[in-house]
Amino acid sequence: MTQVLEKIGFHEAGFEALMDSLTQPEWLAEMRRDAWAKFNRLPWPSGRDEEWMRTDIRMFNLDKYALGNGGTEAFPEGTLSEGVELSGRLVTVDSVPRVSELAPEWSKKGVLFGPLSQLVNEYPDVIRPHLMARTYDSGVDRFAALHAAFWSSGSLLYVPRNVVVNQPLHTLLALSDGSADLSHTLVILESGAEATLLAESCSLENSSGGVPGGFHCGGIEMIVGPGAHLRYVNLQDLGHGVWQFGHQKAIVHQDASLQWTVGALGSRLSKVNQHVELAGAGATSQVNGVMFTEGKQHLSYHTLQRHAAPHCRSDFLYKAALQDNSRTVWRGMIKVDPGAQKTDGYQRNDNLLLSETARADSIPGLEIEADDVRCTHGSTSGRVDEELIFYARARGFTRKEAIQMIVTGFFQQVFDRITIESVRDALGLSISRRVREYE
Amino acid sequence: MIETLEIRDLHVEIEGKPILRGVNLQINRGETHALMGPNGSGKSTLGLVIMGHPNYEVTSGEILLNGENILEMEADERARAGIFYAFQRPIAIPGVKLADFLRHATTNVRNPDRKEGEDLIPMREFRAELKEKMGQLRMDTDFARRYVNDGFSGGEMKRAEILQLAMLQPKFAILDETDSGLDADAVRLASQSIAEIGGERMGLLIITHHDKLLEHNPPQYTHVIVGGRIVETGGPELAAELHTKGYERIRREHPEASEANDKNTEVEPAELAGA
Repeated sequence: MTQVLEKIGFHEAGFEALMDSLTQPEWLAEMRRDAWAKFNRLPWPSGRDEEWMRTDIRMFNLDKYALGNGGTEAFPEGTLSEGVELSGRLVTVDSVPRVSELAPEWSKKGVLFGPLSQLVNEYPDVIRPHLMARTYDSGVDRFAALHAAFWSSGSLLYVPRNVVVNQPLHTLLALSDGSADLSHTLVILESGAEATLLAESCSLENSSGGVPGGFHCGGIEMIVGPGAHLRYVNLQDLGHGVWQFGHQKAIVHQDASLQWTVGALGSRLSKVNQHVELAGAGATSQVNGVMFTEGKQHLSYHTLQRHAAPHCRSDFLYKAALQDNSRTVWRGMIKVDPGAQKTDGYQRNDNLLLSETARADSIPGLEIEADDVRCTHGSTSGRVDEELIFYARARGFTRKEAIQMIVTGFFQQVFDRITIESVRDALGLSISRRVREYE
Repeated sequence: MIETLEIRDLHVEIEGKPILRGVNLQINRGETHALMGPNGSGKSTLGLVIMGHPNYEVTSGEILLNGENILEMEADERARAGIFYAFQRPIAIPGVKLADFLRHATTNVRNPDRKEGEDLIPMREFRAELKEKMGQLRMDTDFARRYVNDGFSGGEMKRAEILQLAMLQPKFAILDETDSGLDADAVRLASQSIAEIGGERMGLLIITHHDKLLEHNPPQYTHVIVGGRIVETGGPELAAELHTKGYERIRREHPEASEANDKNTEVEPAELAGA
């Protein structure tokens, strides 16, 4: 589906136009129709819903956005892949694939990597059992339904049994000002497979120099088969006028592991649900989050560590630094099913407030139905200590250098967990560039 | 030309309460001065004010570095001008390795005109120098990979301060109870280290309760501060007297300053606890 689409709005006529333009299997068309019906039935989320009471979307107007600019603009290289030997690369601009590469040694081994909307026609047997099955619920809210009805392009990574892809794959999603992107990511690692996927999203620079806006309504599904190991990095650096909504879920099967690193720097408002389900005994997950907000940004992350099987370990650490009038919301839950004995669950959220007007809401939670478990959680929020700043200044640091260093140090604990150097560097640099001077 | 640090009739308040009440002191580069005084006398305040701590308000007086008033300078400008304060209670900076901290600090202090974002001292060059200095101070190089003062013992913190002094090579250094929290051997090592890293090339103001730290850095002058005023100045024999006999004679001879001092200790438990 590389043809250029006419602009398609999010209404009945737009949905029909999209369906006419797509080449897709009938089962998928049926899924979209079903989701579209849900969209029409569901109300917009409101402040009366527990999940949305801290996240105000009354200024969001879906009618302002449409799919398919068919962008031909130049796109940036991306930062996560800097200095990294890649085994594959996928670039989309406004949902139109612009680069799709996979090294032949991996395609020969059966690895699939490219735009999901194309590959779904070529490999329906691989995709159908997983696509929006256990890892995506199109009925959970109106954005999820919209995404399931309208998703386009997107990315697929499929790694067959026991294939170890030892060089990272990279996806770059770019959004032009005012555009919509509803791309869907599906990652399937069969048993014993290994891969590292570096995914980043960004806005193209606005030609008029203004703050790039737009609408990003994404979905991520990851299935980590028995004994498989997935490292997934998701860096969100969208323009500060972009509305972002997303449902992201991974299932980790027996003795498999997932390391999921989130870097959230961009968007005007983000409301993301991140869900890891440990579905087989001995599964482990590590979730790392690095957030930096400024201006009037609002990032809201709702995370769930679901222990559905015994002897699983989940480790979760989110750190956020907030500048100006920005705000973050983290609402985290460790949920342990009745049979999930010997669960080891941990969650922690630390927030560093760089201005008096920034605000971080941190709401950890535990819901435990098994009796032989170890679950711990914690959260901290505080200002930068002036005594630290003075100490550094007494050694010749300017105030700004001192704050940059203290902020970088604050994130070090989570950087130490990130095993990919390019990711640490990209996050570290992006953050220290953003830190301004405060009195 | 002899470089000088001169304090002229310095009056300092914190939250409206007078702490220093007219301090006069001149240190020439190459001299060692001991500053002694009972708890709450204003020793640490003097050090922090020279360094430019923002919480203290200078109500009158001057601090002159080579004749130039530095009171309007921020702490980092003073550091770059060649002033160093070894903290009595060093501050932990979690997540920042001592080596990285020192590389940045050393770069700034050696290139006072460096702009933010300009290159730091080349890593290789810096590491070699750091390693040499740590060897001189008999410090394990692993120490530099630890986070600044984070989880350091009292002794480790003080040694880290001396390492920073060694790297930054200031013109004037105030050592604020760099011996407290150390055992006798450690104090001797610290004293020796300060001499070895070139303390004699600096102008040193050593704040201490004991004479051990002075062993390898014999002061030409000893000043006694009571109630925010230097009430007596003498030679090394004065430090020895105070160490063995305490402040009884001083208190008797300076009743007004002693009274002011007692008022400060009553309302300043933090300094009391730390001193």
